Amino acid sequence: MDLEMNLNAPHSMGTTIIGVTYNGGVVLGADSRTSTGMYVANRASDKITQLTDNVYVCRSGSAADSQIVSDYVRYFLHQHTIQLGQSATSKVAANLIRLLSYNNKTMLETGLIVGGWDKYEGGKIYAIPLGGTLIEQPFAIGGSGSSYLYGFFDQAWKEGMTKDEAEQLVVKAVSLAIARDGASGGVVRTVIINSEGVARNFYPGDKLQLWHEELEPQNSLLDLLNSS
Amino acid sequence: MAADMGAFGFHSPSSSLFFSCFVLEVCCFKRPGSYGSTLRYKSVERMKPIGKHSLLGASGEISDFQEILRYLDELILYDNMWDDGNSLGPKEVHNYLTRVMYNRRNKFNPLWNSLVLGGVKKGQKYLGTVSMIGVNFEDNHVATGFGNHLARPILRQEWHENLSFEDGVRLLEKCMRVLLYRDRSAVNKLQIAKITEVGVTISQPYSLKTYWEFSAFENPAQGAIGSW
Repeated sequence: MDLEMNLNAPHSMGTTIIGVTYNGGVVLGADSRTSTGMYVANRASDKITQLTDNVYVCRSGSAADSQIVSDYVRYFLHQHTIQLGQSATSKVAANLIRLLSYNNKTMLETGLIVGGWDKYEGGKIYAIPLGGTLIEQPFAIGGSGSSYLYGFFDQAWKEGMTKDEAEQLVVKAVSLAIARDGASGGVVRTVIINSEGVARNFYPGDKLQLWHEELEPQNSLLDLLNSS
Repeated sequence: MAADMGAFGFHSPSSSLFFSCFVLEVCCFKRPGSYGSTLRYKSVERMKPIGKHSLLGASGEISDFQEILRYLDELILYDNMWDDGNSLGPKEVHNYLTRVMYNRRNKFNPLWNSLVLGGVKKGQKYLGTVSMIGVNFEDNHVATGFGNHLARPILRQEWHENLSFEDGVRLLEKCMRVLLYRDRSAVNKLQIAKITEVGVTISQPYSLKTYWEFSAFENPAQGAIGSW
């Protein structure tokens, strides 16, 4: 019923997450809304989490489950890096995520997208959805907001984009999903990973493009009334 | 509520706010028609003038709200046909709606709405609300949905008897902005209506500016990688 807010519902990142490869690296993108039932518990969360210097993961689904899985993988990768004597590859990171997701599939509810750059394979994106399947893809979308993006990517995705084209595609896509998915919202965060390193970007909600039936934001109705 | 989704069309579990100012009433409605978590229709009219003196706003099932408008059309028509110089005021319309909602509840077939009814007749302001189970009351400020939890505390602090129209609008916008940040079913499009002795005016739809530029929002996981 209307009045039941269920503030004790588990924190879930309804979410829109995206990972896209381009000519030289990867771009990861996500919205920033974390909800507890219908309440937005955090409107500026960071869903793109570091695993190593060159590998990041986009988290969706249960906030708790995705955090604990990424924490374990970060821990294992740290040890692996020491033993290996060099940076871990994105494939190893993705497989560790897969092992945890698959072997605990009855208990976990989290969909993850791993993206990174290493010297052997360059930029790679791996999707690990709910059951623990591992699938390497040129681009991946996930979270509740991704439902609204399948058609968009079918049309807009191209092989061999430049870094700026890829980032703009990701920001546009997350922004479109935010417009239609109640469980996604806030700001658009992107992380670009390539041979030169990692760059983080932040696009606040009011700086994004306006879509169908969205209006130019105003300070107040009074401004509109006074100007007409 | 989720279990009923199959039987119902679309829903706007979103918030509305009403309060009375010095000689008039101001009220505010967000305009989404959601379908589950999809923000399906972003320009649904959820406020309508009733007769000469009142304004009705609703949250919940849009088809039920449209049915209620049909009932009220008939009520006002019959009232006009008496041609006796009298006209139904907000108090009377509110009472009628209460009866309708309560009787449907008793038949275990409720109209799935939270209604807010405001108006001015013969200089007297009136503001009342009816829920889907027939709970009804009057107050200086009322709200539906999340508005009850997020907006009314603000109104309790800042509403007072002698608010001007401009202050009223600013107060409403303050509340609506909070709802926009924190209510998952909210959309950035609203209308404000003003009811005075002369009649009802509903503003054009417009959007509010939002603020995302807190430094803490830019890199929230900096001190604790893997957190949100």
